[in-house]
Amino acid sequence: MDPEISKDTNSIIDDVTNADYKYGFTSDIDTEVIPKGLSEDVVRLISLKKGEPDWLLDFRLKAFRHWLTLTPPRWAHLNIPDIDFQDISYYAAPKSKEAPKSLDEVDPELLRTFDRLGIPLEEQKQLSGMAVDAVMDSVSVKTTHRAKLAEMGIIFCSFSEAVREHPDLVRKYLGSVVSYRDNFYAALNSAVFSDGSFVYIPKGVRCPMELSTYFRINATGTGQFERTLIVADDDAYVSYLEGCTAPMRDENQLHAAIVEIIVENHAEVKYSTVQNWYAGDAEGRGGVYNFVTKRGLCRGAGAKLSWTQVETGSAITWKYPSCVLAGEGARGEFYSVAVTRHRQQADTGTKMIHLAPRTTSVIVSKGISAGHSENSYRGLVKVAPNAADCRNYTQCDSLLLGSSCGAHTFPYVDVMNDTAIVEHEATTSKISEDQLFYCNQRGIPTDEAVGLIVNGYAKEVMNKLPMEFAVEAQRLLQISLEGSIG
Amino acid sequence: MSALTQYIDLYRQSRAEISAGSAGALNALRPAALEALEGCRLPDRSDEGFEKTSIDAMFAPDFGVNINRIALPCDVASAFKCGVPNVSSLLAVLVNDRFVPTAPLLKNLPDGVTVMSLAKAAELYPDIVSRHYGSVASLKSPGTALNTLLAQDGVFIRIGRGVRLDKPIQIVTLSSAPVPMLTVRRMLIIAEPGSEATILTCDHAMTPDIPSLASQVVEVIAGEGARIDICDIEESAAKSSRYSQLYARQEAGSDLAIGSMTLRNGSTRNEFSVNICGPRCESRISGMAIGSAAQHIDNSSNITHGAPRSRSNQLFKYVLDDKSTGAFEGSIEVTPDAPFTEAFQTDRNILASPDARMHTKPQLLIYNDDVKCSHGATTGQLDEQALFYMRSRGIPLDEARMMLMQAFMTEVVDTIRVEALRDRLRHLVERRLAGLDASCSECSAGCKSE
Amino acid sequence: MKELLKVTDLHASIADKEILKGINLTVNRGEVHAIMGPNGSGKSTLSAVLAGNPAFTVTSGSATFHGLDLLSMPPENRSHEGLFLSFQYPVEIPGVSMVNFMRAAVNAKRKYFGEQPMPAAEFLKLMREKRAVVELDNKLASRSVNEGFSGGEKKRNEIFQMAVLEPCLSILDETDSGLDIDALRIVAEGVNKLKTPDNATIVITHYQRLLDYIKPDIVHILYKGRIVYTGGPELALELEEKGYDWIKNQVDKEA
Repeated sequence: MDPEISKDTNSIIDDVTNADYKYGFTSDIDTEVIPKGLSEDVVRLISLKKGEPDWLLDFRLKAFRHWLTLTPPRWAHLNIPDIDFQDISYYAAPKSKEAPKSLDEVDPELLRTFDRLGIPLEEQKQLSGMAVDAVMDSVSVKTTHRAKLAEMGIIFCSFSEAVREHPDLVRKYLGSVVSYRDNFYAALNSAVFSDGSFVYIPKGVRCPMELSTYFRINATGTGQFERTLIVADDDAYVSYLEGCTAPMRDENQLHAAIVEIIVENHAEVKYSTVQNWYAGDAEGRGGVYNFVTKRGLCRGAGAKLSWTQVETGSAITWKYPSCVLAGEGARGEFYSVAVTRHRQQADTGTKMIHLAPRTTSVIVSKGISAGHSENSYRGLVKVAPNAADCRNYTQCDSLLLGSSCGAHTFPYVDVMNDTAIVEHEATTSKISEDQLFYCNQRGIPTDEAVGLIVNGYAKEVMNKLPMEFAVEAQRLLQISLEGSIG
Repeated sequence: MSALTQYIDLYRQSRAEISAGSAGALNALRPAALEALEGCRLPDRSDEGFEKTSIDAMFAPDFGVNINRIALPCDVASAFKCGVPNVSSLLAVLVNDRFVPTAPLLKNLPDGVTVMSLAKAAELYPDIVSRHYGSVASLKSPGTALNTLLAQDGVFIRIGRGVRLDKPIQIVTLSSAPVPMLTVRRMLIIAEPGSEATILTCDHAMTPDIPSLASQVVEVIAGEGARIDICDIEESAAKSSRYSQLYARQEAGSDLAIGSMTLRNGSTRNEFSVNICGPRCESRISGMAIGSAAQHIDNSSNITHGAPRSRSNQLFKYVLDDKSTGAFEGSIEVTPDAPFTEAFQTDRNILASPDARMHTKPQLLIYNDDVKCSHGATTGQLDEQALFYMRSRGIPLDEARMMLMQAFMTEVVDTIRVEALRDRLRHLVERRLAGLDASCSECSAGCKSE
Repeated sequence: MKELLKVTDLHASIADKEILKGINLTVNRGEVHAIMGPNGSGKSTLSAVLAGNPAFTVTSGSATFHGLDLLSMPPENRSHEGLFLSFQYPVEIPGVSMVNFMRAAVNAKRKYFGEQPMPAAEFLKLMREKRAVVELDNKLASRSVNEGFSGGEKKRNEIFQMAVLEPCLSILDETDSGLDIDALRIVAEGVNKLKTPDNATIVITHYQRLLDYIKPDIVHILYKGRIVYTGGPELALELEEKGYDWIKNQVDKEA
């Protein structure tokens, strides 16, 4: 390669991978934060503040006691600094006497915050037909379009509200997919979770709009521990979107969430995430530690669960949205684009657990690494002895921009049934000079060409996002890699 | 209690006997090995990379160790049966860890080539042996540290600078003991710059009804421009366990091809770890496993590219029948110092019975953006369409299945570069797939017994 | 015996979907039948079911092949008894050489009839002779079955195998698809060379083109899993001229 071009290309790749974080503002909102530290008293205090029933406090305490016996997992290809779990506040809430009954009662600064994030909470402004639950720090701020959904029997509300209004449903499903014993962070979340979203789609109902939750960490020195529970009863359908941002702070913030999904007979759930937590600066100062347990149980025959994620944020990401395929003919899908740059580290992937016959799964993972980042795919495909005629296809591609980053693939394949067909393919490549030159020759500048090629590379996954989200996700990829802010 | 303790205790009690039965360079490393084992345990299934094979459980039984090196009775002549027929080779036999040369070896060994007992080599060529012994194998692996702690002998092979050997060197390892025994053996293979050689090792159990365990560490040093083929065939027995670790270092422009075939065994864990230290190397690891009954075969293969412009290829194929279990973990590691690397890895497996199990974990660790790397893994069955096509041409189902399995393994056999050896191995695989005892004793009829 | 194949009210399905919905067909020795029909009408399914592809399930009906119950036989015995299917998409079998493949086929057939395996020299001579029928390159014989063959080479390879196995009933499934005019001529000439008064051929095709080279005695039109028309060679020409729509319209109207 011509050294001049090489220099040019490198500096452009540097430029495009060094764009700033545009959601890094903080909001001046009056926030109630409980003192730092974690003990049984803190767990009781959180439960008390939320006015929870005894059974939920018991659940939290059991989880807390189990958490005390655990140590953080170390097997991921991540360099995780020791986290002082006593130096985090486990509850922060925008101060207000009671939950707002209408938008007029919501703190105007809070509304402005979500406006700046591009999430209008005012229902009249909603043209997209999307119902939104907004979670600031630990508390659900506002859920839109509820009345309309309620007519169809759909429940979409904050987790706290679900505990009050639908205790039987919550009690039935809470912890049924992700037990508090599952792992260190699941135990932690189960002990201190603050809020989140609850969705119930009754039998035979197709949810007419996208349901969406936006998460934002605003307060300093806090962790966010939300919990999402989605239940799709027989023949139901829902598409659920999750977006997240956080201000730029020099300290690290901990986000340890749990998502549980139950999919009954012939029901279908699409869960899409655009994760854009603050990733830290170029030197790796600050940023969110994103340690999340997401799992869906396809309990019914023909149940279908599809995870799509675009991961661009967080200093460290540790998450494996998984499908337990327990119903005959169930299907699990996982589509992921993970972009890391600067000193970001991501260890992400999925688990497809085939427990029933004729279950199928597809995994498409696209990793893009730049700067000094580390980007790993880690996935498990397991076929149980009784699960006949199962199929899995896995494709993991890594794209490296620059020579100081790392791209890794760790697939685990466990086949215990001789009728299974399991395929895994992985490639690692860089943007070829031929491609760049071809674009240049056609008049496309290198920075644009990089964006073009990366978007083309990620297209297979981006296409799986709902329309409303795809635009935002594409913009996010551009912000991450093209340098064009906004 | 860790299985390791009994061996450390044994060492502490019998340090003098162990040293007396060995030689300088081997004894010199024992203290470091002991230190490395401090506070250690042998890996078990909770350890990353050992999900399907517990080394701890393998070493847990109370095996005897022949530290006094009593010559155990073994009909060495019968080892000639393994003289892979139609391949004229320079043959030596290793009874447990004891080196037994054969007349043709002693007679035909060309100048510049040494094949002898490792302990004897350590006495005759102390400089060479101490320079290389333990220079590639890593004491960070508890298995290797344990081997280093207890190994008293094995094989030493040196191919002198520029020497091109046209006949393969064949080492037949025989485990033979009247009681359950742990054999600790070591191989040191030095290919000096510009040399060329093919080394064939065959692993057999002479006392198949008695449980046995082999701990084997092989060190290979491929000097600049050397071209070395190493082919290892395991044909032991249901009660045989083996933990084999092969470490190789490749200097600039060297070409190393490793073949591994597990045809009959009890429980086997093979580790291959190849370090490319100089530019423009070629490196290949090919493995096959044919499992039936309760065989367990676990291969772990790593090629690390530490220098530019090298190419590597890992290919592993398994056919698993009955209740046999297979595991494969392969990794390609490309360091920042290795631009223009091309590295590929393929793992293909066929499950031929409802109770067979396969676990695979192909990995890529890439720290350089100027590379071409890929891996692919599949686990499935024989191609139904191909079966129907063959049947429609009148080939009965069983025969069609057999032909497809042989064809499936052809890709691995074809990586063997010595033609006569390749043909011979193809024959062994055919017999093995046909359910016949692939054992060389079967084919000894046509065998020369020079 | 003049009658070679008699298919009566044959129904077959794949994955619970019925494709063949009552096929009746009689083929006599010395005849060339053409089965034509629009895409998806069940032409390839018919050939697959007659050859015994386990992917399809016969739900009712019968087929006798020179007096034998065809449907009860495994695919390899159907082959031994003289049924040959030239595949629309010949299967690639990496690692199995053409020579080994054909030797296995020839010797399996000999064994079926209680004969000794063919001596190697005789076998090689046979291969050489038969290759000439379709001008198949010697190089292809040493390669893996169909692997890396061009479309034309694959089809010639099918006819070569037909020449070696000397079937009494050959079913050519879309043998013309993907062939240029020269390849088509070579394949058709090969088929014609192998024609005798004792054997019969079923040519399955979408187009008239192949029928310019292999002249059919009887033409059937298959549509929605049934033979809806049977006529002489002129029927093929009529189809070529008018397309399939008039047939479709007529049948759909009756239904």
